[in-house]
Formats: sequence, C-alpha cells, structure tokens
Amino acid sequence: MARKLLIEHADVQGIASYDVYRKHGGYASVEKALKTMSPDEVVEEVKKSGLRGRGGAGFPTGMKWSFLAKPEGVERHLVCNADESEPGTFKDRYLMEKLPHLLIEGMITSSYALGARRSYIYIRGEFMYVLRILEKAIAEAYANGMLGKNILGSGYDLDLVVTPGGGAYICGEETALLESLEGKRGNPRMKPPFPAVKGLWGNPTVVNNVESIAAVVPIVNEGGDAYAKIGIERSTGTKLISASGNLVRPGVYEIELGLSVEEFIYGDDYCRGIANGKKLKACIPGGSSVPILPHYLVTKTAAGTDRLMTYESLADGGFASGSMLGSGGFIVFDEDQCIVRNTWNFARFYAHESCGQCSPCREGTGWMEKVLYRLEHGTGTLEDISLLEEINKKIEGNTICPLGDAAAWPVAAAIRHFRDEFEWHVKSPQEAQSRNYGLIQAPLEA
Amino acid sequence: MKADHPQAVNEAPIDFSAATMTEMKRVIGLFPEGKQKSAILSVLHLVQDELGWVSVGAMNRVAQILDIEPIEVYEVATFYTMFHLDPVGKNVLEVCRTGPCQLVGSDDLITYIEQKLDIKVGETTKDGMFTLKTVECLGACGYGPMLMCKYHFYERLTKEKVNEMLDAMREASKS
Repeated sequence: MARKLLIEHADVQGIASYDVYRKHGGYASVEKALKTMSPDEVVEEVKKSGLRGRGGAGFPTGMKWSFLAKPEGVERHLVCNADESEPGTFKDRYLMEKLPHLLIEGMITSSYALGARRSYIYIRGEFMYVLRILEKAIAEAYANGMLGKNILGSGYDLDLVVTPGGGAYICGEETALLESLEGKRGNPRMKPPFPAVKGLWGNPTVVNNVESIAAVVPIVNEGGDAYAKIGIERSTGTKLISASGNLVRPGVYEIELGLSVEEFIYGDDYCRGIANGKKLKACIPGGSSVPILPHYLVTKTAAGTDRLMTYESLADGGFASGSMLGSGGFIVFDEDQCIVRNTWNFARFYAHESCGQCSPCREGTGWMEKVLYRLEHGTGTLEDISLLEEINKKIEGNTICPLGDAAAWPVAAAIRHFRDEFEWHVKSPQEAQSRNYGLIQAPLEA
Repeated sequence: MKADHPQAVNEAPIDFSAATMTEMKRVIGLFPEGKQKSAILSVLHLVQDELGWVSVGAMNRVAQILDIEPIEVYEVATFYTMFHLDPVGKNVLEVCRTGPCQLVGSDDLITYIEQKLDIKVGETTKDGMFTLKTVECLGACGYGPMLMCKYHFYERLTKEKVNEMLDAMREASKS
C-alpha cells in the first residue's frame, strides 16, 4: 500500500478533536516551524518539496509564496480556498470533515511562513456542516494556544476565521473568491495586479487550496527533500483523487503521484474496476474542466506507454490525445453513457455558473448549451457541430478568468474524440433517443 | 416584490429574532473594524435560516445592520444561488444534476421525486411541505445521486431511501 501523508489517520476514532489529533502527532509542524525555523526557511522547504497547487492549476506553491509582496507596515493574508466546486472533485470536503485540525495546522504553519496574522478559510456555503466542524476545531486550537497571541511563546500572533460562500462555482477562481470574501459578487478581477501584490482589501494575499495547505504539514515535518523523493519528475508527493462515476468503489484516495491509471481504476486498493461488470468508455481525469479521454487513451498514451497519475503523463499528447491532472476529479464513464448528453450537461453547468462579466463567456456558454441541447434532443444538424467548434474558438483565451477556457475545452475534446457519436445523434435522432451509442473504436493508427 | 423592482427599496425593513441578531453580531465581529461587509454571506444565510427565504424587507434590514446601501445587499443576494428570493416550502430539496451525479442516475432521481410529490422542478407542493429544485455540483460526486436539504447531504439515494427521507421530513416538519 502506498504511503499516506495526509489522510492516514482519517478513520481514527475522535481524530476531529484536538486531543486525539495531537496524540497522533498533530501540530508538530507548528512546533517545529515556530520554535526552530525562520519564516523564510519554511518557504524554502516548500520550494524544495516541489509541491504544486492541488486546486487544479498545478502552479508550484513555493514559487507562489515567494511572489508575496512584503511592504513595510502593510498587513498580509493567507486565504484558504475551500470553495471546492469543480464537478468531480470532493476531496477537500473529505479532508476537512475528517481531519479539520490538519487544515488548521497547515494554516498556522503556512501563515507563519508568509507573515500573515489574519488568515481566512473561505468554504462553499453548501458545506455548512463542515464549516461547523472547522469552527469547533478552531475554537479548540485557540483554547490550546495554537491560535491567538504569542503562539507557543514564539511571539507570533495569528487569528483564523472560517466563512461561507453562497453557491457560486466562480468563487473558486482566486480573485472572484477575494471579491466574495469582501462581501461582493464573485466577479473575477483583472490581473495584474496579482493577489500577491493586491489581494484581500488591497493587501498582499496568498490564496491556496485546502489540500496544498494540508500538504505543508508533512513537508515541514519531514523536510522538502523527503517529500520530493515521492512521485515522479515534477509530480512530487501524494495527491488526493476524487473518484466518481461508474466505478465499483468510488471515493477519495490518497495516491503517490506516479501510480498507473490502470492500477488506480482496476486495482484492489483503489476503485476496483467499472461497476456492474461493464466496460470503460471514457474518463475525465482532472475535474469537468479538463479534456475527456476515450477508453483507448485512458490507461495508455497515444505513443503506447503506460499512462500514469502525474501532471506530465496525463497531459502527454497535449490536447490531441492527452488531458490534465487538474484537481484530481477522476470521472469514469461506462459503455452505456451518452457522451452528447454528458457534454450538454457540463455545458449547462458552465452556462449556469458564468458570472456574466465577459461577453464571450456569458453569451458563448449559453449558446453552447442551446446547441448541445438540440443535438442531444434530436433536433441538431451537422452544421451545429462545426458551430460548436467555432463558438469554442471565440471563447478560448478571450475572457478575464479561466472559466471561459474551462467551458470550451471539454466541448472541444468531446467532439475531437467522439465526433461519430455526435454525428449519429444528427443522422439517427430517433435511434439516439432510444439507445446509447456504445463504445467507439480506436482509430487504426492509435 | 423582487430586489430588482424599482420600488424594492421602499419595502419596510423587517426585524429578526434576538437569537439571529446575536449570531449576526458574532459573524460580523469575525472581521476587522470597517470590513463588516465581508460578513454579508454569513448574515444572508442566517436570514434564510430564520425566514426560509430572503425577502426584500429582510435585505433592507441587512443593509442597516451592515451599514451599507440596500443595492449592495441586492446585488449579492441575487448573484449567489443558495439564496431563495421567493417563498419556498418547509423543506427545499436541492437535487444535484451535474455530470458525475448524472452518470449514476440523477435524471431518474429527479423524475422519481417529481412523480412522488406531484410537482415539477421549481414548484412547491400544495401543503407547503416541499419545494423541488435542481442545483449544480454539490461536491459529493462519489456518493451520488444525492440531494441537499437544510444543509444536510442525502447521498447514494435510491427510491426506498427517498421514500424514507420524505416521510421523516414530513414528520419533523409537523411539530
């Protein structure tokens, strides 16, 4: 069984309480950092670890931290992005619900590294029961001297607050999150200035995903070099994967990066194969915003090598034959699933969640949803398929935030790999209403 | 009257219970002096917890409490989809309809609840007991199909589980 750095103790009785968490080695990173390390030394360990942002973008966390502006006399903030709302992703909820103190410990150690004295956890409003768990854990941390004034006699003060969103996917985008945290609509900001220079209330701010902040705990405890030894190439450490769809055993798994996709889907320690004895049709490996892969590109790359659970291997082949690790939202489709229906479903999601600020996204996502609805419901034309490709190109790269790209890419990938199925919906609309298309054949050259 | 109605601002502010006011003061106090607007989403959740929905009168009162303009409350309340801007039933069933849940049967779940309650998505039962809504991804993809009601997640739903859930909600809402 692979090493678990984050959720090893998730099922220990009472681990959500301070005392039990402490007994299992909890808050060691706070003691180590505040008593024996300078803030810059903590940043250095995170850089050495090679940790990449676990929210989806995969940007190196240590580098993001080193961009933080530190003007004299200006307050800085660490904000935890717990707005988990990328379809297919539910790992942060699991981590916070089971191990609230792990996130709080990570927040303290990370805030110390950044010199933040007022930090925030912004959690999606639907997770209100998780917010209550975090509130209780934060109160325990205050009562035990891990938060508040002069933590562990180090002279370092930190206040930590958890606060809810109100139901808006866009608030997972870091500048929209900051707008929301200021009590406004979640409209993403123009960058620059980046949050590292002007973030919350105009102060320098780092926004990190829940899992990234939790990963700082083992990195500080064991050292950045030890963390970097796990994994392959620039995919270091462990990653939480949210597995959903037609699997025997969906759920949250902590994997060492570098595990083969084959093992993850079919292995006894992981998802144990496709549910109900069916065949794999397709997989979206990194949350709904990343390209879908047809079955013959899931466990092998186009070049025929084993596909691995790493940033590099999942992206192998670029958009022509690859995808992305993204947030680790691993969505699996069995042979009975309709790609057109699912593509329409996700297009409806993005149309619903577009904040409306940029015309290409506001209008484009709505049009894609309408066109895909036609195709799915038997009134589409072949021109509609090319129309989708055209709308796609007009959205991509033309918006303030990545939601536009996130809406465009999945549609483009679905058409790229499943064009026959889209055309079948046009040519045999009645048949398409009564049965599913089934599996596609791999192109001969693949 | 909706928040986008020209006369919305004239709707008289309504008062909240003492318990709600106490909790509002607490969440406002979590933010630094002068940044009380940051508590607006927490405050609107508290409003909805008390009233079941967010009326213009309630928003006008929230504006006074946070010391901001009413429009600042309307624009927020109308942006975030968790806030119900119309009266709803005692139990609002919010069924996730997004991709991963669809793969494991959310379409059938929605149809089943529609038939069972004899209402369509967006409607409320005649006795005011249930409102059925569909929502986008609730972050429970591995445990679908699912729905949320009063911040509680009902997961891996089957017809049997839905029947039990509805009965339990009816029972709990009687008292």
